[in-house]
Amino acid sequence: MSPATFLGMPPFPVAAREALANSQQRGNLRNATHTIRAKRAGVVGEVDDWEQLRRAGAAIKDDVLGNLDGYLEQLDASLTLAGATVHWARDAGEANRIVIDIARRHHVDEVVKVKSMVTGEIELNAALEAAGISAWETDLAELIVQLGDDLPSHILVPAIHRNRSEVREIFLREMGKVGKPADADLTDDPADLAGAARRHLREKFLRAKVAVSGANFAVADTGTLVVVESEGNGRMCLTLPEVLVSIVGIEKIVPTWTDLEVFLQLLPRSSTGERMNPYTSTWTGVTPGDGPQEVHVVLLDNGRTSVLADEVGRQALRCIRCSACLNVCPVYERTGGRAYGSVYPGPIGAILTPMLRGIGTDEATDSLPYASSLCGACFEACPVLIDIPEVLVHLREKVVDAHRSRMPGTVAMAMTGASWLLTNARRLAALQTVAGVSGRVLGRGGRIGRMPAPLNRWTDARDAPAPPRESFRGWWARTDGGRGDRRAGHDGREER
Amino acid sequence: MKVAVFVTCLNDTMFPGTGTAVVRLLHRLGVDVEFPTGQTCCGQMHVNTGYVAEAVPIVRTFVDAFAGYDAVVAPSGSCVASVRHQHQLVARRSGDTRLAREVATLSPRVYELSEFLVDVLGVVDVGAYFPHRVTLHPTCHSRRLLGVGDRPEQLLRAVRGLTLVDLPEAEECCGFGGTFALKNPDVSVAMGSDKARHVRETGAEVLVAGDNSCLMHIGGLLTRERAGIRAMHLAEVLASTEPGA
Repeated sequence: MSPATFLGMPPFPVAAREALANSQQRGNLRNATHTIRAKRAGVVGEVDDWEQLRRAGAAIKDDVLGNLDGYLEQLDASLTLAGATVHWARDAGEANRIVIDIARRHHVDEVVKVKSMVTGEIELNAALEAAGISAWETDLAELIVQLGDDLPSHILVPAIHRNRSEVREIFLREMGKVGKPADADLTDDPADLAGAARRHLREKFLRAKVAVSGANFAVADTGTLVVVESEGNGRMCLTLPEVLVSIVGIEKIVPTWTDLEVFLQLLPRSSTGERMNPYTSTWTGVTPGDGPQEVHVVLLDNGRTSVLADEVGRQALRCIRCSACLNVCPVYERTGGRAYGSVYPGPIGAILTPMLRGIGTDEATDSLPYASSLCGACFEACPVLIDIPEVLVHLREKVVDAHRSRMPGTVAMAMTGASWLLTNARRLAALQTVAGVSGRVLGRGGRIGRMPAPLNRWTDARDAPAPPRESFRGWWARTDGGRGDRRAGHDGREER
Repeated sequence: MKVAVFVTCLNDTMFPGTGTAVVRLLHRLGVDVEFPTGQTCCGQMHVNTGYVAEAVPIVRTFVDAFAGYDAVVAPSGSCVASVRHQHQLVARRSGDTRLAREVATLSPRVYELSEFLVDVLGVVDVGAYFPHRVTLHPTCHSRRLLGVGDRPEQLLRAVRGLTLVDLPEAEECCGFGGTFALKNPDVSVAMGSDKARHVRETGAEVLVAGDNSCLMHIGGLLTRERAGIRAMHLAEVLASTEPGA
């Protein structure tokens, strides 16, 4: 059984329609996002200098992105000095091959994994599987997703769309197929479920020779990698196996150890709504006699340098994967993450995925920048001040420009026509006269009910207002800006 | 002070009653407001859908219509936000440095209605009378992009006869989002239905907002389900007076 993949997912509006009909998921997501939202608001509200921290976080990342070449060389040198082996990977294929080669050199047919977004991005599990190597997810939520042959739907809580009774069923059905089974009398009590996962995973921790991780931060001047987590499974993977391979996006750098002070305040409060996360693991190359004695670091580009080349879009590389933007997003709350067709869902995914994959590659990717009402809740919550709405609008322009050479579609023709109308007030006035006539034909009680396609996109669920008999400019001209009306005893009042 | 009203293309075409309300309200407050007839639209729909090149002539039309005024007031938080945050971008993209200069001097003089009343005129009690139970949808662009804060609430609280009731989860987007409502109609309606449900929970007779675009969406859902709740622009509430007053 090969792992589930996002490949070939439909465009966002289609995937969203299906997700909206999933009542179980709607309920699970609403509960989960509202709970995290409230927790985050509480712990962010108690930090007096939160705005300064956000600005500091953005500034540190901007410095890194502006001087990435130098910092990458520095990180390479620090890591090498500390006994790590540094690899450079241009894309997913190169990164996956490096991991497979290391596993083969150690003659293993399995690896344990720390929860990591980047390995999802490069679909490492599928690549390992194809090479005959099993990758065991050890984060509780990732384990639920993996056992359920499912796709993640959230950055921080990938199984957010599942509730505990679904988790119990998955554990009972699947655990025995790949390792220690769950007890037959397993209940859906969270402590009971965690106990089953612990027993299932312990066997894998103790057996595995090779572990794979990502990193939340890579400190350039010391060569230290940092993993921030809640469960302790990450620390098991980072300390027990003999070999550790960490895949690190090149934007994960912070210049110095002291810079962590800013991010270790911003990240837990923004992500889990905690003052501090339970486990913070840091390691600097190889420590003789302690932990993995062979440490590899794969520095990954996979589209990041092209994001960096985009002056507006590059701010997305500040992202620390906290998922605050998902939790406050009214679109995400209703569709869930899988509708975004990427391991990076929600508002950050709607900008990051198209930039990493490239605009104009396929319809699903090009639909993502439009998967937002531009309400701005994401920007308000982002701990590193990524102006997501600004980038969304910027990417929409790129989507339009990428299609300009083709035959114009309905939207393109409507936009060109609207631009022509709205550039000249006389043309707009002529349109209003026509609209006024149509309103008298179509409207009943000032409202228009169901209309044929494409107007049914509005009127299927909503009434539309009927165009009024007289536009505002018509009223202004007729009454001399209301002066005539007042003389005549009218006041220009109009019922909606 | 030479004051112009930017009525917006949507209000001009679909909701003229909002425009006439702004004029009546400002006349009552002693402001001789003008309507430059060359005006059309802010261009936001084009920018937000990705058609920035097509927005350039619209922004030029906006600048030509309003350049001569000390203040421009518009009954739309969203359109004013577009003027303040997007016109600069459109002008830059056009490569027309004269347009960029004109945009830079004009944009800060363009005010959303509640900003103009509270900040420029310095009034909170506009002498209105509206004996109804009202709830306010604050609108995302007024709140997050313009930062109008509680100015609409201040104005509504000073209206005689009006009872203002809190809207649950008021800060959540209604799901209109311009062309989002057509490109992602299912998500848009899912968001709007929750908003409409919260409006009904308040027991209000009238839903008020500073943007007719949001109101067209929420109001369209409310009338479709025959909820018996009217959607009404803030300007129309503030323009209302006692009969015979």
